[in-house]
Amino acid sequence: MVARSVSRFLHGRQGFYLALLLAPPLLWLGTVYLASLFALLAQSFYAIDEFTARVVPELTLKTYRQLVGHPANVDIVLRTVLMAVAVTLASAVIAFPVANYMARHAGPRMKALFYVGVMLPMWTSYLVKVYAWRLLLAKEGIISWALTGLGLQGPLDRLLAVPVVGGPSLASSYIGMFIVFVYMWLPFMILPLAAALERVPQSLLQASADLGARPGQTFRTVVLPLALPGLAAGSIFTFSLTLGDYIIPSVVGAPGYFIGMMVYQQQGTAGNMPLAAAFSIVPIVLIAIYLALARRMGAFDAL
Amino acid sequence: MRSKRHWGGASVGLKLAAAAGLVFLHLPVWVIVLYAFTTEDRTYAFPPPGLTLHWFEAAFARDDIWEAMRLSLMVASIATLAALILGTLAAFALARSNFRAKESITLLFVLPIALPGIITGLALLAGIRSVGLTPGFWTIVAGHATFCLVIVHNNVIARLRRIPPSWVEASMDLGADGWQTFRYVLLPQIATALLAGGMLAFALSFDEIIVTLFTAGHERTLPIWFYNELFRPRERPITNVVAVIVILVTLGPILLAYYLTRPDEHSSGN
Amino acid sequence: MTDQRKRDASPAIELREASRAFGPVVALDRISLTISPGEFFALLGPSGSGKTTCLRLIAGFDHPDSGQVLLDGVDVTDIPPFERNVNTVFQDYALFPHMNVADNVAYGLRVRGVAAAERRKRALEMLDLVQLESFADRRSTQLSGGQKQRVALARALINQPKVLLLDEPLGALDLKLREEMQTELKSLQQRLGITFVFVTHDQGEALSMANRVAVFNAGRIEQLDTPRALYTRPKTAFVAGFVGSANVVESDLAERLTGRRQAFAIRPELIRIVTNGAPPPDHVVTEGVLENILYHGASSRCHVRTGDGAVLAVAQAESGDAAALPAPGTRVRISWPRASAVPLE
Repeated sequence: MVARSVSRFLHGRQGFYLALLLAPPLLWLGTVYLASLFALLAQSFYAIDEFTARVVPELTLKTYRQLVGHPANVDIVLRTVLMAVAVTLASAVIAFPVANYMARHAGPRMKALFYVGVMLPMWTSYLVKVYAWRLLLAKEGIISWALTGLGLQGPLDRLLAVPVVGGPSLASSYIGMFIVFVYMWLPFMILPLAAALERVPQSLLQASADLGARPGQTFRTVVLPLALPGLAAGSIFTFSLTLGDYIIPSVVGAPGYFIGMMVYQQQGTAGNMPLAAAFSIVPIVLIAIYLALARRMGAFDAL
Repeated sequence: MRSKRHWGGASVGLKLAAAAGLVFLHLPVWVIVLYAFTTEDRTYAFPPPGLTLHWFEAAFARDDIWEAMRLSLMVASIATLAALILGTLAAFALARSNFRAKESITLLFVLPIALPGIITGLALLAGIRSVGLTPGFWTIVAGHATFCLVIVHNNVIARLRRIPPSWVEASMDLGADGWQTFRYVLLPQIATALLAGGMLAFALSFDEIIVTLFTAGHERTLPIWFYNELFRPRERPITNVVAVIVILVTLGPILLAYYLTRPDEHSSGN
Repeated sequence: MTDQRKRDASPAIELREASRAFGPVVALDRISLTISPGEFFALLGPSGSGKTTCLRLIAGFDHPDSGQVLLDGVDVTDIPPFERNVNTVFQDYALFPHMNVADNVAYGLRVRGVAAAERRKRALEMLDLVQLESFADRRSTQLSGGQKQRVALARALINQPKVLLLDEPLGALDLKLREEMQTELKSLQQRLGITFVFVTHDQGEALSMANRVAVFNAGRIEQLDTPRALYTRPKTAFVAGFVGSANVVESDLAERLTGRRQAFAIRPELIRIVTNGAPPPDHVVTEGVLENILYHGASSRCHVRTGDGAVLAVAQAESGDAAALPAPGTRVRISWPRASAVPLE
């Protein structure tokens, strides 16, 4: 009978009922998450005392100045952003044929097969995928073995000899890292793109042909522009996921630091929480800017 | 459709490119699964010299693997339970209400999963340290519950929005109070959404590595065990076995959730 | 008066100055009405007129911004729906898909803690009342519209409410089914002896089933009367036009026709086309062009455009003689008894 009297009390008191329901999740998120985020933000405005190696709880811009002043730090940010952009572009190029086929040319059964086929790797454990690539790219790994078997050992060596992006092996070069990043986020680019392509009305394509355009022209002038929101939506994932990733650069790739690794290192061994915090603000700001741009291109309608 | 053919259907080039893309997506993982059964433990000669279940035996004999697995299962279970409760409460509150803060609240729920893992992880660590706690089991659970919340919430709210308001009114009209209406009318309808959300949350928690690294302290979940093994050249096949286990434990629930959330006949609007 | 006599004397349902607004939209504007026990009462009006809001206030799904709702003389304004002795048949039937028909019907008993065996027995009785006893174990999703409605009816009646509310109950049914259900509902109500209140936008339905009808327009009740009174003596232009679609003659035209500046309504079937001789002296006469004729079987509706531009509808009963009506385009003279005109507010 308690339930009934509570019901009777709550009847007509919509506001109270809502507050009651929202209190636990909001309290949880508020205290566990929001408060922590603010703590992090606050940390970035503190600085570490070089002599005592302890955090001085005074508001200062010293840490941010360190972030943008030190060329090494700027390098790290640039490196991460460049990789994110490269990954985004490559993903778009590779995803397009797959999405195009899935959305506009595959029969119903093929389409279902492709959709599940794209989602399965997406749902597979992140770590397992990273691990798989580490093995594949290793010097004694399968790719190396396959290329040797095909007689492509020479081109591979020359590729690895390219400065900056090359390295002793695929598994410890930017090329390798790049490949892994593209692989990881490819489904996130394929799916929104396929959805956008599916929404291109058949009537537009027919009208284009009617007016005399060849399939290639129709593709360039009608399909591609309409697919742009899908590309923008997919790029949000590839860009921000690459920007914030920490595991892949440390497992596969060249010694150069990425933002994620820097964050982990600074809060750990270096004990410089403020700098770690400052570094982690960078992706947030960049992603926010990117989201604003992507929204302009219609990405939010394609999500 | 005739018109599709008229557009040249798919050229051979397109079909090849699409197939290549799909193969690219699948090959790495299948390779690892294959190499969990290889007899050779040193290099990655292809094809593998032989197939065996030996490594599975070896893996199951390892205490550290069992420990890590147990920890991961416990964390995932508790985090999922917390996410189920909190996410469902949130879903009920936001399903059909309209107030100004609604969008901001929804954004708040999404943030833990939308922001990169290092930020969530670092923030939680900063929060943990600022209240003087040390990272351990419960901090892992707290972190996981925080981003699993939105998954349950999304599943349940989608289901709730498909329930016509007249059902709730009919139930109350016939004499059921709020709790009875929930038990007899709403709960049976959201059961699949709860299950699906719970499965997804479980899989996400089980597989999570980045935030966990920050909030774990000395505890080792299975992903952390796995991460440490990534750099060890020895005992690769055992790591492969663990990889297969992780795939099964996370992929299974996700597939189940996927099939559960496809529209079924026992919902409204049939 | 003793309490008992007071309760016997009190209306089954009473609304006192009930108002309800949704933001800037006023759904109900100080509505007052009383419904007697055992009445078959209709809330009639176009969509958005407030009739459904009114029903929801009685059921308890909504709360008036001001005013009171009384059931049996007791103020129930703040009482939740699960504690009112009122049950509702919803427009979309609101049957629970995860329960079969019998469980749906027995729901009201289940939430009161009645045992399973007893529940099933009473549910079968109610299904028998609506002639669906053999459907007891079907899934509620496998029924036709008419069957769903009967189940909804049985479900709403199992608690033996004093008042049954029906929200546009016949809207989704086709014509034949609708007419059948009208008779069935009427006889059901008479058999049960409880108060029925139903909402409809179909004036034919309201007139044929109800003892009294409240005509809603823009949140107010324009007239509350018996069907006959509404039809023969509408008080306002809206009621005249909505119920029975009488011709509404505005004061200007009225002055030209009758000499008096009083708007009035004249029902189409009371107007005659003058075919031979002069109309009686107590008739109002005018003439115009017969624009078109709509054949309705039992009668034909002729639209006559007078010199002033007003169009009057004339209903001519089917006489069996195909040549009885003039052809469209002809000039005709029409007349009606002066006393048949109903003055409007």
